[in-house]
Amino acid sequence: MCLAVPGKIEKILEDNYALADFGGVKKKICVDLLNGVKVGEYVNVHAGFAIHKIDEKEAKENLKLINEIRPDYRKV
Amino acid sequence: MRQDRISLSHGSGGSLMADLIDEVFIGSFGNKILGALDDAARLNLPKNKIAFTTDSYTVKPLFFPGGDIGKLAVCGTLNDLSVMGAKPLAISVSFIIEEGFLISDLRKIVGSMAAAAKECGVWIVTGDTKVVGRKEADGLFINTSGVGTLHDGMSVSCRFVKEGDAVILSGEIAEHGVAILDSREKLGLEPKIKSDVACVYHLIKSCLGFSKYIHAMRDPTRGGLVSVLNEIARASGVGIKICENDIPVKKEVVSACDLLGLDYLSMANEGKVVFFVDSGKAKSILSRLRKNKLAKKARIIGRAVKGRQVFLETRLGTKRLLPLLEGEALPRIC
Amino acid sequence: MKYDRIIEKFKDSKISQRLLKDINKVKDDISLMEVCGTHTVQIFKTGIKSGLNKNIRLLSGPGCPVCVTAAEDIDKAIAIACRKDVILCCFGDMIRVPGSKASLDSASANVKIMYSPIEALGLAEGRPDKKIVMFGVGFETTIPAFASVLERAKKQRVNNLYILPVFKLIPPAIRALLESKYVNIDGFILPGHVSAIIGENDYRFIAREFNKPAVITGFESADILEGILLLLDMIKKRKPRVKIEYSRSVDSKGNQLAKKTIYRVFEKTDVDWRGLGRIKNSGLRLRKEFNGFCVDKIMNIKIKTPRNNPKCICGSVITGAREPSDCKLFTKECVPGHPVGPCMVSSEGTCAAFYKYGDKNEAG
Repeated sequence: MCLAVPGKIEKILEDNYALADFGGVKKKICVDLLNGVKVGEYVNVHAGFAIHKIDEKEAKENLKLINEIRPDYRKV
Repeated sequence: MRQDRISLSHGSGGSLMADLIDEVFIGSFGNKILGALDDAARLNLPKNKIAFTTDSYTVKPLFFPGGDIGKLAVCGTLNDLSVMGAKPLAISVSFIIEEGFLISDLRKIVGSMAAAAKECGVWIVTGDTKVVGRKEADGLFINTSGVGTLHDGMSVSCRFVKEGDAVILSGEIAEHGVAILDSREKLGLEPKIKSDVACVYHLIKSCLGFSKYIHAMRDPTRGGLVSVLNEIARASGVGIKICENDIPVKKEVVSACDLLGLDYLSMANEGKVVFFVDSGKAKSILSRLRKNKLAKKARIIGRAVKGRQVFLETRLGTKRLLPLLEGEALPRIC
Repeated sequence: MKYDRIIEKFKDSKISQRLLKDINKVKDDISLMEVCGTHTVQIFKTGIKSGLNKNIRLLSGPGCPVCVTAAEDIDKAIAIACRKDVILCCFGDMIRVPGSKASLDSASANVKIMYSPIEALGLAEGRPDKKIVMFGVGFETTIPAFASVLERAKKQRVNNLYILPVFKLIPPAIRALLESKYVNIDGFILPGHVSAIIGENDYRFIAREFNKPAVITGFESADILEGILLLLDMIKKRKPRVKIEYSRSVDSKGNQLAKKTIYRVFEKTDVDWRGLGRIKNSGLRLRKEFNGFCVDKIMNIKIKTPRNNPKCICGSVITGAREPSDCKLFTKECVPGHPVGPCMVSSEGTCAAFYKYGDKNEAG
């Protein structure tokens, strides 16, 4: 129930639509569910709708999390 | 011809049908065997073993990025002969056309067929035309049958693959399946992913020097790579292991599959070959293949192993099974 | 680092391999439930399932909207789609799900597969001669899209678009699971995209009332492995909380605009879940102002409540109480080609995933 894909906003279209780039393939999506989407921002898209912005700062924090060395797990 | 659409009269054997055959079919396919308009084509075939195949084409939409039903109908049959190790010699074509079909569309399709046949050096030597009432044929159906002669020294079968054989994939996958789905369902992907439909005969011909080391060849059409691997595993009684990191596929195609919830390993291809070869010659065969424009991205993707299962070595380094899909891949939200 | 490259890191095999190694250092027997069907598929597809040691058991929960859709609802959809004046729009996932007799693709039904409910609106505008009915299946990730489409239809005065809503909500289902006695779960892997909509607060009860940890997790292999590690940490330290692993796409408040959109168009109601029975406030119906879009207003479809195959244990499989291999029908009468219960039809249903991708012992 959760298949959403990250896309980069390429162009804002009229009537709350936008053109998003998904790793080289572009598709028109609806941005009714987000406020103020800008070109260059990343969003998660599900069933043709952008459902959440992807925060770049948070993405870096998320990355730090998965790179964390856990001292507990170094002992066998 | 003054008409712009096919009518039932075009199939009734009268003057309208004669005009259709003359202007549209012979006009494009033009060769003396077809031109004789005999009830059957007379062929002078060498005494070698003959390969014979048939296929029907009902694809929708009729026109898609990279090709159309005509190109598909010719390449599909030529490819079936080629992967059996045969040199294609002649094709028959049979049209079932719905009343009201645009003749201009028919001309385009027939033109594609002529071009595809010419590229492979093959003639369309005999044919048939039927016209059915509105709503009885959904536009156009095409059947093509093909005959060829088996190359000396080439003996391939899905039963001949041995443990240890290398699996070579001739190029990037999933393009035809995604192109058709995008066009048919009007999904609106940009830029359009093009079908890879092409005749693979010259690709296979270039490897004839390695004939005795090639145990099986298949074109991964419906059901994609997963189908072919499962057929071979079952017929030869081997297991097959392929590596996720080694599978050639375009980044945009993976993105399109992710977006639609499709598995690129199961999507159709119409211009690719999977080779099962002696592991000692795999690198040489790969080099030879890469010289051909259709196989610049060819790769060794895995090998035949003990057991009976087809599985993938994931990026994580673990295994997951690749069983056959039960039905056509459809876009998912889940 | 550019975002494109950041995203690739979550698929990175070296990072994931290290996370998997860390998980496999834990020797205790732990049972974790992945609520969301997409997680089930990803866990198999990425090879995480076959890479985990046997002591870490992953159970598939009720987060598969196709699996939990009642057979009567599918029968109703088929009956609607068989009418000559109707085109039923639904997601590809639903097409092969069996109702009590047929599925949408096997019956002579007028069905259009859609990738987005926006297409249904376009179809309604293009075909004024037809009644376009959307089969409203999905959880909180998908519901806002349908709500938005209905608002658009209302604004544009489109009068031939309808909906058969069978939506379900996740937090009430998790509560129902935890309140049942037959489940033994140590922690929850929560659905990343449902949470992008609803945020974190609606899950707090899992830790506060039931003392279980839960992590809102993304879908790449590193996300899932990190989510599992965070759960193992909390289980070891006996400090159950609700945490967010998927912080790049989920914030604690969720998407307020999407939530408001849902509740402008729909309101909560009690509905039946296959395997879990009736759950309070776990579904949605149209609000009065949008009742004109309800397919019941224009069609009177009477469906006989179908008899379930008594040997089908989909309900127990969904709650994690049983494995597919425990079912007498699994791989015999019930296979992907002719499924008995929805767990086998949906590509992410536990039984289908088990059948396709195999038990880790077979694939290892």
